[in-house]
Amino acid sequence: MENGTASETRIETAFFWPARASRSYVNFIGRRLIRFVSSLHALGAFALISLGVLVSKFGAARPVIYPIAVTHLARSGLRLLPMILFLSLALGLVIIGQTVSLLSRVGATQFLGTVMTAVVVRELGPLLTALIVLARAGTANVVDLGTARALGEVEALEVMGIDPIHYLVVPRMIGMALGVFALTVYLMLGALASGYLWAFLQDVPLTPGDYFRQLAASLRWIDFAVLGAKTFMFGISIAIVTCYHGLARMLRLEEVSRATVSAVAQAVIVCVLIDALFIVIYLVA
Amino acid sequence: MTEVTEHIDEHAPLIEMTGAAIPSLVDSDRMMAEDVTWSLHRGEYWAIGGLHGTGKSDFISTAAGILPPIKGTYRLFGKEMPPGFVQELLPTRLRVGLVFDGGRLLGHLSVAENVALPLQYHTDMPLENLVARVRDLLTAVEMLAVAEQHPASINRNSQQRVGLARALGLKPEVLLLDKPLSGLDPEDARWWLAMLDDLSKGHSIVDGKPITIVATADDLRPWRGHARQFAVLRTKHFRVVTTPSTPEFTEESLMREMVGKDLD
Repeated sequence: MENGTASETRIETAFFWPARASRSYVNFIGRRLIRFVSSLHALGAFALISLGVLVSKFGAARPVIYPIAVTHLARSGLRLLPMILFLSLALGLVIIGQTVSLLSRVGATQFLGTVMTAVVVRELGPLLTALIVLARAGTANVVDLGTARALGEVEALEVMGIDPIHYLVVPRMIGMALGVFALTVYLMLGALASGYLWAFLQDVPLTPGDYFRQLAASLRWIDFAVLGAKTFMFGISIAIVTCYHGLARMLRLEEVSRATVSAVAQAVIVCVLIDALFIVIYLVA
Repeated sequence: MTEVTEHIDEHAPLIEMTGAAIPSLVDSDRMMAEDVTWSLHRGEYWAIGGLHGTGKSDFISTAAGILPPIKGTYRLFGKEMPPGFVQELLPTRLRVGLVFDGGRLLGHLSVAENVALPLQYHTDMPLENLVARVRDLLTAVEMLAVAEQHPASINRNSQQRVGLARALGLKPEVLLLDKPLSGLDPEDARWWLAMLDDLSKGHSIVDGKPITIVATADDLRPWRGHARQFAVLRTKHFRVVTTPSTPEFTEESLMREMVGKDLD
């Protein structure tokens, strides 16, 4: 009789609510932590394998890989250009709009160029671009690769003697790295130009010559080096995280949305961590 | 592509499984067949029957070297194939071609690009030779007319034929086919059997060299008079039904082997 009651309860809870609630808060945190560490472990392994293949097969099967990499560069670069240019206009407006009202109170509007460099070149530009690429091309990666895996294309590649990582992941890494880099450059140029435009419209007494001299003066060699390294790392990380979530296991149709959501969340975390790492480099250098 | 320079023993098995436990493709912890001991020799033509869910696709995937057995050994041309992608074993892997059930073409490539893919990836063939080879392959499977189309816009049978063209591109010595006759009309089924017979004897598309063939099937009856060796997968066991020395069997006896009882 007791057994009957117990199983009934179980069926009921299983039916109405996936009975996953932990008994205590510590259990909940512990389970989350274990799941986080194990997924980090698998993601790390996937990242190492992918980077290994990227290096060891660099230039191999060029007639096959090169056109796919170009396709992905178009997908996560060229096709996002209108969006990025629109954002650059908006970014220039936002930063200049805020800083002009702030700086004119203390009579320091001559620092506009310096502020633009710090905000756009060093911080917001690369990160914002990475997030746009993640949202528009990274999510597509999860769905595309999830579908390819579910349709058995991964096994088909293996049978043909084609390393699925080389065929599916490496072109996306190359395309996204170059895409994030190129789009960041456009975003920065657009934001710096539109920044001056808005400053001009707000009657700030600043000549174009002064503005660009300020920009040039506040840029150091390390800005260019960090910009390159950071954007490439953003692109490669977005590609790895999104490909991992598409390929890691056989996704059922209803799991695709969840995989996409966790891929976006993890990629954002990875990008922010990389950004934080580079702030440390700035502080040291 | 690296040339195979090693000495090839004509009598050594091409594929060898000893006490192999075949896992499921979908769930690698589940076992579909246990204690499979089987060896494939040059020139053989196997038809392996089994009802739905007896692990035919899993068996053929293990035979192709993409699904390692849970226990026991699997050897491809005398070499063990560890899981994952080992560059040194690539030349061995390319000696086997696999035609999936339904072809499993890559959806983002056209039919011609699908056939060209392994050739382009593994060889540095000049473009005009590549185009000529792809045209020959598509002509051999009568699919030249749909060369520019994408897999989604051609029917399943056509996709499977393109899958055959793709598998034959690199002139494999062993051709594995997963349920090539399932879902075909009688005309198409006849085409496939005739094509496989030709390949087994030596087809011009692979320079006239006889190919060793292994095909799985839901129903072994159509393979009478075509395949020379028969085996069945039933209740998690692999059993060789006939060898060249005992080629006499009837449709009824084949059905009995597959179903495990007489059909009314």
